[in-house]
Amino acid sequence: MPEGRLPILELRGITKSFGGVEALRGVDFALLPGEIHGLVGENGAGKSTLMKIIAGVHTEFSGRFLIDGADRHFRSARDAHAAGIAMVHQELSVAPDLTVAENVFLGNQPTNALGLVQWRRMAREAGEQLSRFGIDVDPMSRLGDLPIGLQQLIEIARVLFSGARIVILDEPTSALSPPEVERLFATLRRLREQGTAIVFISHFIEDILRVSDTVTVFRNGRKVAETASSATSKGALIEAMIGRGGEVLEHSYTDDLMLPRPSDRPVVLKVDQLSLARSLKDVSFEAHAGEVLGIYGFMGCGQQELSRILFGKVKPDAGTLVVEGAPKTFASTAAARRAGVALVPESRRAMLFHQEPVYKNISISILDRISSLLLKPGQEREIAKRQVEQLQIRPPVVGLDLGMLSGGNQQKVALAKWLTYPPKLLVLCEPTRGMDVGAKNDVINIVRDLRAKGLAIIVLSTEPETVLSLADRILVLKRGALVREFKNEPVSKDRLLEAA
Amino acid sequence: MASSETAAATDQRARGLASFLRSQMRNIAPFLTLIFLSAFFALASPSFATIDNLGNILTQVSVTGIIAVGLTFVILCAEIDLSIASIANVTGIAVAYFTLQETYVNIANIPLPGAVAILLSILLCAALGLVNALGLTVIGIPSFIMTLAMMQIAAGISALLVRGQIAYKVPSLISTLGSGSIGGIPWIVIVAAIMLLGGHLVLTYTRFGRYVYMVGGNREAAEYSGLNVKLILGAVMIISAVCSGIGGMLGVAHFGSAQQNEFDTYLLDSIAAVVVGGTSLFGGRGGIGNTIVGLFVLGVLNNGLDHVNIDSFLKILIRGLILLAALVINVYAQRLREKATE
Repeated sequence: MPEGRLPILELRGITKSFGGVEALRGVDFALLPGEIHGLVGENGAGKSTLMKIIAGVHTEFSGRFLIDGADRHFRSARDAHAAGIAMVHQELSVAPDLTVAENVFLGNQPTNALGLVQWRRMAREAGEQLSRFGIDVDPMSRLGDLPIGLQQLIEIARVLFSGARIVILDEPTSALSPPEVERLFATLRRLREQGTAIVFISHFIEDILRVSDTVTVFRNGRKVAETASSATSKGALIEAMIGRGGEVLEHSYTDDLMLPRPSDRPVVLKVDQLSLARSLKDVSFEAHAGEVLGIYGFMGCGQQELSRILFGKVKPDAGTLVVEGAPKTFASTAAARRAGVALVPESRRAMLFHQEPVYKNISISILDRISSLLLKPGQEREIAKRQVEQLQIRPPVVGLDLGMLSGGNQQKVALAKWLTYPPKLLVLCEPTRGMDVGAKNDVINIVRDLRAKGLAIIVLSTEPETVLSLADRILVLKRGALVREFKNEPVSKDRLLEAA
Repeated sequence: MASSETAAATDQRARGLASFLRSQMRNIAPFLTLIFLSAFFALASPSFATIDNLGNILTQVSVTGIIAVGLTFVILCAEIDLSIASIANVTGIAVAYFTLQETYVNIANIPLPGAVAILLSILLCAALGLVNALGLTVIGIPSFIMTLAMMQIAAGISALLVRGQIAYKVPSLISTLGSGSIGGIPWIVIVAAIMLLGGHLVLTYTRFGRYVYMVGGNREAAEYSGLNVKLILGAVMIISAVCSGIGGMLGVAHFGSAQQNEFDTYLLDSIAAVVVGGTSLFGGRGGIGNTIVGLFVLGVLNNGLDHVNIDSFLKILIRGLILLAALVINVYAQRLREKATE
């Protein structure tokens, strides 16, 4: 860490809790001018909470907040902005229907004396700013027509050139191609020379090590390490992120877990050279009957797109799907369902009917099997009752509106939809996210039962624990490409993170 | 397990009558409106609450009722069909166009046997519905805009067929169903009742009906449940057009003539009937039962305002205000319902 400079921003003993759960516990954090400060930690470790405090999004917390050595208390993100703090969020926040120039100048377009927008000046200045960033686009083209990575670069450029003294970048590289990452890093280094302080949050530890001067590691709401980037390694950082010893109550998967020998049962799904725009590149794999295939990767690695393609919701640009030996191009989700594919998406809201009773939620996907023209509500309720009993859904009242159930029970209903006539291939996205330990274990047991029945199951998750607790074989997806397969070998959280 | 079931049931009861009423507001409010309006007009005018007048009201709402059956399907899917009145008009004109007219009617028409004329007219409205369906599902034009275009297209076809003239003759079957009666009951009331009943049975007891509710309730979830959402949306647009066409044919017979712009008021009336009845504009809630109550509210209002001898210009304003009130209730009912389940 460069010595002899006063911190531009200093936080002391920051504690923040959400409804009794402490997200940050006594965190000290200092940022120097002309420094790129990397931040790493698992999902929920407290990085984002801390950054949102700095950016004025969270205004209620305890501890001291100093800028240039003076106590400050922001009441809104506007206050933070006025103090020269800018943040680029992980999700794109651009206006796709406006031009590139309008996006660059969003909220402060140059105007003449009459208050009319000076289009030519705006286009010229936007073009100049972007070319300094190595982006060569027509400033008057529609932003939404550009590739996602370029849109993200333009958004970052807008923030970087807004004159902010402190810039926070949350996962800026997840949608960028390697040359784009290079351009971003070059610009960050240039800004560092001008004295801007930059916070860089990423799951990609290589990126952090390459560009940052200092790295801070968060775990369970605490700062557990702060070190010069030159003095650490990927392995050391992962170890600090995960932690060893008795801190974690659940199975933490820090030790090696032996994966079984790959299944020699028939191939249910064969995916060949699947590509989708900038999301997936030449993805090929097979899923066997009686096997749980885990696909692990960071947020935005292409998992979601892959699952949508398997269920016919999104059409791939290239590549083939073969289900039980028959090539398939699904025209609709209905076609995928008829071919024996089922999907439980990561968002329960996306597949459940909150204002309808539990039994209608369970029967919706099998109505065409139990009735041709007329409904058979008695049979629907019978089927639903059996599922509710088997999956121990609480309360066991099939006539209750789904919205009355807890999140974990709703997730079970989402699974129950597919279990009366089990599919050949079950695709589960984040099956245990946001669940308590009991509900998690229930879901894990359900998945194991289904595997025993001979289903091919694909579990996609951004949480290593989820994949490790369920999968027999693990593929690692990184920026849309499969980069590693774990089978018949020891695997642990470290190894997964290392590969991703 | 039995004990937890009773516990849950008690719990649901404990949420109380208030919560139940809130969740049922969309069904209760239109019914109360109907009772209130009926009581008001019965007190205000001695000629209102008579058997004869009930018959009048029923006859007056029949064409709207027939058109509203199909529209109920569309609105349950959270879509809209603005072409219903135009399609009714063009279908009514078409069935007259294919019928031999008196010599003084100056239309270059194509006389065909009655059954063929009816069949062709039904095919015409089904085809227009199919165009709506394709625009909505294949091209992806929002139904609001797609059916707005269809409104013009159907009006254009009407104009080309009659060229400003008026036709009077329709096939005898249509003439009977539209203007005849049996045992003192107008056939058109019977047809409307049968179609409303049919619509109710389809929505309540068939698989297709369930799909309509599910697609309207949460379209994304319907897709993730492996339903062919586009097929269902396409089907409701065709059902809507065919119901409109039937309403148009019988309407022409009922009015005794087929001409341009004859059905213009039926667009607003049909939408009003469905929405005033409490079917959610956001889809998934309501049904034919609601539409029937809505039809009666509109029927009683239109008829009752005549009985109290009100300024006919004020009548239009009052109808507008009642519709606005219904929309407010509709939107609030949805919010209350969401609160009750979340």
